[in-house]
Amino acid sequence: MNGVLMSDETEKGLKSPLRRQLLMGMAAIPALAMMPRPSFGAGPATSAVNTTGLAVTDSEVTVGILHSVTGTMAISETGSVQAEKLAIEQINAAGGVLGRKIKYIQEDGASDWPTFAEKAKKLLVNDKCAAVMGCWTSASRKAVLPVFEQYNGMLYYPTFYEGLEQSKNVIYTGQEATQQIIAGLDWVNKTKGAKTFYLLGSDYIWPRTSNKIARKHIEGHLQGCKVVGEEYFPLGHTQFNSVINKIKLTKPDVIYAIIVGGSNVAFYKQLKAAGIDMSKQTLLTISVTEDEIDGIGGENIAGAYACMKYFQSLDNANNKAFVSAFKKMWGEKTVIGDVTQAAYLGPWLWKLTVEKAGSFDIDKVAAASPGIEFKGAPEGYVRIHENHHLWSKTRVGRAKADGQYELIYETADLVEPDPFPKGYQ
Amino acid sequence: MFGDYSIGDLGAIFAMQGFAGLILFSVYVLMALGLAIIFGQMGVINMAHGEFMILGAYVTWMTSNAFQSFLPALFPGYFFVAMALAFVASGSLGMLVEWAMIRRLYKRPLDTLLATWGLSLILQQAYRSVFGAREVGVELPDWMMGSWQATDSIQIPINGMFVMCLTILITIVVAYVLFLSRWGKQVRAVVQNRVMAGAVGINTEKVDRYTFGLGCGIAGVAGSAFTMIGSTGPTAGQLYIVDTFLVVVFGGAASLLGTIASAFTISQAQSTMEFFMSGSMAKVLTLLAIVAILMMRPQGLFALKVRK
Repeated sequence: MNGVLMSDETEKGLKSPLRRQLLMGMAAIPALAMMPRPSFGAGPATSAVNTTGLAVTDSEVTVGILHSVTGTMAISETGSVQAEKLAIEQINAAGGVLGRKIKYIQEDGASDWPTFAEKAKKLLVNDKCAAVMGCWTSASRKAVLPVFEQYNGMLYYPTFYEGLEQSKNVIYTGQEATQQIIAGLDWVNKTKGAKTFYLLGSDYIWPRTSNKIARKHIEGHLQGCKVVGEEYFPLGHTQFNSVINKIKLTKPDVIYAIIVGGSNVAFYKQLKAAGIDMSKQTLLTISVTEDEIDGIGGENIAGAYACMKYFQSLDNANNKAFVSAFKKMWGEKTVIGDVTQAAYLGPWLWKLTVEKAGSFDIDKVAAASPGIEFKGAPEGYVRIHENHHLWSKTRVGRAKADGQYELIYETADLVEPDPFPKGYQ
Repeated sequence: MFGDYSIGDLGAIFAMQGFAGLILFSVYVLMALGLAIIFGQMGVINMAHGEFMILGAYVTWMTSNAFQSFLPALFPGYFFVAMALAFVASGSLGMLVEWAMIRRLYKRPLDTLLATWGLSLILQQAYRSVFGAREVGVELPDWMMGSWQATDSIQIPINGMFVMCLTILITIVVAYVLFLSRWGKQVRAVVQNRVMAGAVGINTEKVDRYTFGLGCGIAGVAGSAFTMIGSTGPTAGQLYIVDTFLVVVFGGAASLLGTIASAFTISQAQSTMEFFMSGSMAKVLTLLAIVAILMMRPQGLFALKVRK
């Protein structure tokens, strides 16, 4: 109905010659605007760069984005989707990959692991995606891993995770556990003189594995240090008063917290309400990024330390450009956490690898991955290790009331990823 | 396990631990009251209860933002306004839902379970579309944060006391409304014999609608209060729903007193055990104990005596 009316109007308008000319002139404006943009299709022949039937044409290449945008995990995964789309847009603006524009197909894992596997299969088998950026929880990654291995796909996985995994078909752009834990514990031991640690976590594989590594490191490698308590809570737990009392009783030098999701909010609010002052009590976490602080409220967590590889406040040229591009695309109020930055690395690392390999073929990309350097990374500089994880620095930041972290410490060198750490299992 | 601590320390801890249990108790009662009214008085299994709570939380968040931008001077008192608005918002939505959906399903109790579960999914996605998938942080006035220093080593969180007072107040109001007011008598009459109540001139449809609205409104107030202790996000309501049903079913569905007794039992068991073992184990043991007791007393702790 509307469409009919509109075309009537247009026709009437076009009857006047002057208006017609004006309209034609206006129609050319978008074309003009297109002019400085790169033209796609000038790359090497498709038959040469794609021998396995991936969705690559002379001017386009298709990748998949597979995250939860509905369900419980949407809270965490939204940032990753945003970062990946930003990276893809920037790569296209810079000329694409091997002269081809990246087109993405986005699928929703809906916070449900079998759905992730099903959508992964769809992206690989029906859409023939040359790469997939996706997954967030370890459970979803474990669900899609057999699919990627069976149909030979390439997954760029952004989250810091527990390690104990390595696959030809996955590039892990987040930290594995030792990269996130050991340097942080060494730092707190050295600068704060911490001797006693109270370990807390949500009850699933990542916090448990991480705390296991933390305990081994504290008891085996730090002189005279011990763990005075270790506790786990069901996901979604909202009452921490009992454990807070226990913490008050044992007076540990450090509270080491790996609590995730909504529980975080309850934990930090109750900690503050119970009169635990973070300027006197050291708290070190590896699970609270700027994203989580949004929900917790900066004033509730100010003074706590977090061990990550990236903070939004990092002071380097790459990061400043990244932060301003991100805010321009997604709004002034959005914050960028560790995982969001790691997700941003995915498309870029893939582009660099494809260009080094001179091919989109999965086997060639997997083989070319080790040694790939990305100098434009917001976190500074990263390099892919033979084990498909990233060399990256470990950093400690201190939470401020405005919801940002202030960088306190960073390792001098890149920390080697070690997904199967000897003596920590 | 107590060998390392001094007597004074232990005394302080037991005091604070007892208080932690009381706070948990208030939280459970507040969560369960709305559901107890709806489930107990109307027999409707409202799976969307958590989402009505979260609506209250979002209303609180919006109110806090509004006060910060327009009335910063009155910010310390915004919470009371927020709770009233939360009650109105959740209550109105509840009455709308009753009118549009629930009243068509009174004769099919199991279908209400499915219908309200569907409603909860719809509401979750609606929150996600309107407020975004990320959690929002509700800023609290300063006087509500921090703790009250009872002695040197005993600290009582102020927001915990606030929740306790609120729970007591709401419980008294609900008890008064249901047991002493004219409207409460009508509600109970409708529950006992709908046809007869209609025959003596009670507008049963209206009673149903207001009862459902009251239950949802209290859920909204609970949600508002929980912004102090928990998270506010589209799916945060799911965190509460299991515990809420546990309290109501364990207490005996139709009994307000039962709900309170069951909340007390569960919270004390939970917080005492949490002190001696890890949070996960405490939860497992609590649930096991409840299963065992419900096997022996399927009708719950307190049940109305009815002739079978």
